[in-house]
Amino acid sequence: MTQIFGTQVGRTDGAGFAIDRRGLLAAGGAAGLLGGLMPFAAAKAARAGGTLAMTINPEPNAMVSAFNTASPVAVISAKMTEGLLHYDFDLNAHPALATGWEMAEDGLSIRFDLRPGVKWHDGVDFTSADVAYSILQILRKHHPRGKSVFAKVTDVETPDALTAILRLSEPAPALMYALSGWESPIVPKHIYDGTDVLTNPANNAPVGTGPFKFVAWERGSHIILEANRDYWGSAAPVLDRLVVRIITDPSARVAAFEAGELHLGGDGPIPVSEVKRFTESPKFQVETRGTELNNSLDVVELNLRNEILAKPEVRQALMHALNRDLMMQVVYYGLAEQLTGPIPQSLPHLYTADVPAYPYDPDRARALLDAAGHAAGSDGMRFGLRLIAPAIGDTYDRAAQFMRQQFKAVGIDLELVSADVPTFIRSVYGEYDFDLSMFPASVTADPTIGSQRFYWSKAIAQGTPFVNASGYSSPEMDMLLEAAAVEPDPARRRQFFIEFQQRAMADLPILPLARPIYVTVASADVENFVVGPEGVRASYGSLAFA
Amino acid sequence: MTASPPRIPLSFVGKRLLYGMMTVFAIAVINFFLLQLAPGDAAEALAGEAGTASPEYIAELRAQFGLDQPLMLQLWAFVSRLFTLDLGYSFRYGADVADLIFARLPATLLLMTTSVVFAVIGGIVLGVTAARFANRLPDRLISFTGLLFYATPPFWIGLMMILVFSVWFGWVPTSGMENVLAFNTGWARAVDIGHHLILPALTQAFFYLAIYIRLVRAGMLDVLSLEFIRVARAKGISEARIGYRHALRSAVMPLVTVVGTNVGGFLGGAVLTETVFSWPGVGRLMFDAMFQRDLNLLLSILILSSVFVVVTNFVVDILYVLINPTVELK
Repeated sequence: MTQIFGTQVGRTDGAGFAIDRRGLLAAGGAAGLLGGLMPFAAAKAARAGGTLAMTINPEPNAMVSAFNTASPVAVISAKMTEGLLHYDFDLNAHPALATGWEMAEDGLSIRFDLRPGVKWHDGVDFTSADVAYSILQILRKHHPRGKSVFAKVTDVETPDALTAILRLSEPAPALMYALSGWESPIVPKHIYDGTDVLTNPANNAPVGTGPFKFVAWERGSHIILEANRDYWGSAAPVLDRLVVRIITDPSARVAAFEAGELHLGGDGPIPVSEVKRFTESPKFQVETRGTELNNSLDVVELNLRNEILAKPEVRQALMHALNRDLMMQVVYYGLAEQLTGPIPQSLPHLYTADVPAYPYDPDRARALLDAAGHAAGSDGMRFGLRLIAPAIGDTYDRAAQFMRQQFKAVGIDLELVSADVPTFIRSVYGEYDFDLSMFPASVTADPTIGSQRFYWSKAIAQGTPFVNASGYSSPEMDMLLEAAAVEPDPARRRQFFIEFQQRAMADLPILPLARPIYVTVASADVENFVVGPEGVRASYGSLAFA
Repeated sequence: MTASPPRIPLSFVGKRLLYGMMTVFAIAVINFFLLQLAPGDAAEALAGEAGTASPEYIAELRAQFGLDQPLMLQLWAFVSRLFTLDLGYSFRYGADVADLIFARLPATLLLMTTSVVFAVIGGIVLGVTAARFANRLPDRLISFTGLLFYATPPFWIGLMMILVFSVWFGWVPTSGMENVLAFNTGWARAVDIGHHLILPALTQAFFYLAIYIRLVRAGMLDVLSLEFIRVARAKGISEARIGYRHALRSAVMPLVTVVGTNVGGFLGGAVLTETVFSWPGVGRLMFDAMFQRDLNLLLSILILSSVFVVVTNFVVDILYVLINPTVELK
């Protein structure tokens, strides 16, 4: 496949970049020849037909990810609605609803050639009007991330039915990573136009272009999708039906897998303590890839309004006090990438290891705390801090206990608070009532979309969840992030992000800990369940029984 | 034992109806304020799940949910909806609250009826047996088993039963209400649902069973020492007949009260069982609504639950008269 895409693909080796303008042009030409569903993942020979049971947890609360991007919604939505592009593991773009794409030299417009002969599930033709409507009226207005992703889009021109041209006020290189079906679904204009889009019935019973059609949703029990036999990918879908079962209890999911009632589940469907046993069992397959477009990182954000945490020495001491090698084993059972900075290695075209490092060294931590003027008291303790974490699964409980133990060794008394999600959000982002906050920070497929909000001073917005809550404000950092956001040249953009990683680790408003690996589990006879970084968020046209 | 037909005065019914409505209304208003105490709102919960959200997105959600209105206006909107029996719309699920609840109600009612019937029958048979053989081997065995069930968390019993009967033996399905891959219809579907019902109903029943056995046993021991039982014995009536026909009628009163409480609280009382067995009932819906701060949905379920309690209490009062005509309703 690399050959076909010529200059574009070539393994991202530092200087390379997943999507460059010449590459985009080449891809556009080659894509027409292919026309396949997922050109980068050769589908294995598989038995046609069958009904496959997968589980999604927790239950999605909508069927379309245009208005709600909660992870379960994204998983189900992507089976029925599609985006303009697909991505491979190196985050190179591939054709989906768009067969070709070209960014102008100045980065101020992107032209998409759309796939001919695509029909919505109700039989209406898919055209450029749907693309324009989806981006301007739906994604830019109502999508939780869309407002920032498509902020620079001033207009979408539709010179003919199969061409859509995005006009931008400034270059927006990050936008090209946000066009997958689960992130930015294209929805039918004829269904949504002129209605109250937020309460449109199609949000719960989608009309899409994807390989599966919506049949039924019995809340609390199951969702039934059936094969779209008029799908544009001629070989797809392989299955007859895809049934999603809602199984709320993790132990019950383990039992359902073992009893053969469940064939597939993503985003860590079983407790991490069970993963080893499932991996070794011949009855199951466990895949660790397939979340490279989410890149959810477990981090600890520090409230710099706290005068103790405002001291750089204290922040460095916290890092030195943590044995993160041990943490990966004890807390994550080895199922995590240990972070060196704010960007994980799953974004190879931006990652650098060349950043200030803080190896485990309790003595150095103690020395730094002494230097900061926090000598140990008679009981060996220096000061107390409060760590708040959302009550989502037991990993955070284990991590909090672990940190409490490690910090205690250097004389910091950590008080642990576990709160349900709305309480966590209100405390941390609404009231800044925290010292340390551990939470999943999603980098997404591009740091401009994902990471910038945690480090950018202009993202300090009390009451808005998952933005800069530390109060960190650095003019140099702001400049780097703003420059990277509008830099069309991949090499120069990479350089900005390298400096971003170095500065983030020098200033340490956030302690990056781990990228947890959320496994996908399938029974032994299931094929093509992780064919790219979309993982279980893929459209699953090629999903099959062996 | 023949009795004149029990009298249920109309004034009693009217009074209870009025009190019942006032109770439900008071519960609704108190719940409204109680739920405001939970930190965070639906917009934040939704944004929390999305992982990202711009300030405009949050503001838009708040406006859509009506959360930007002053509290008293929200209360007024809620109360006026209540009086028109309109439960409102859940933006969280994109569906009418009434539809959401009533779609899940049959599953809960099925689970409740089966498990309560099982527990009542089992409780009476075992309780009477235990009382008749008080402090002898059958009593000790029954009491010990009852205590064991009572002391074991229902979700653990459920998980163990799944492990043994579903995973090891493969006799029954692990979870869910029906085999969603089979697309059964008609009788095949009914049989399939019954098959899925066995484990959750047993799990839920075991917990009640333990209480019922103890209640019936204690009641029976009290009654069996009374004069009229001695008279019955003297007449030469068989022990089994004395137990079930004569003594039970008096001894069962506390059981009726407790069963009434269990039935009344059932909407939320089966959350654990529903979770372990992925049973699509109202309990789960309520649980999720709490964590998602879908207060409108949650309030509606709580109101429905209070209606349930009021109605069951009423039925229990009537049952007293039917079972024991010496009770008088005022």
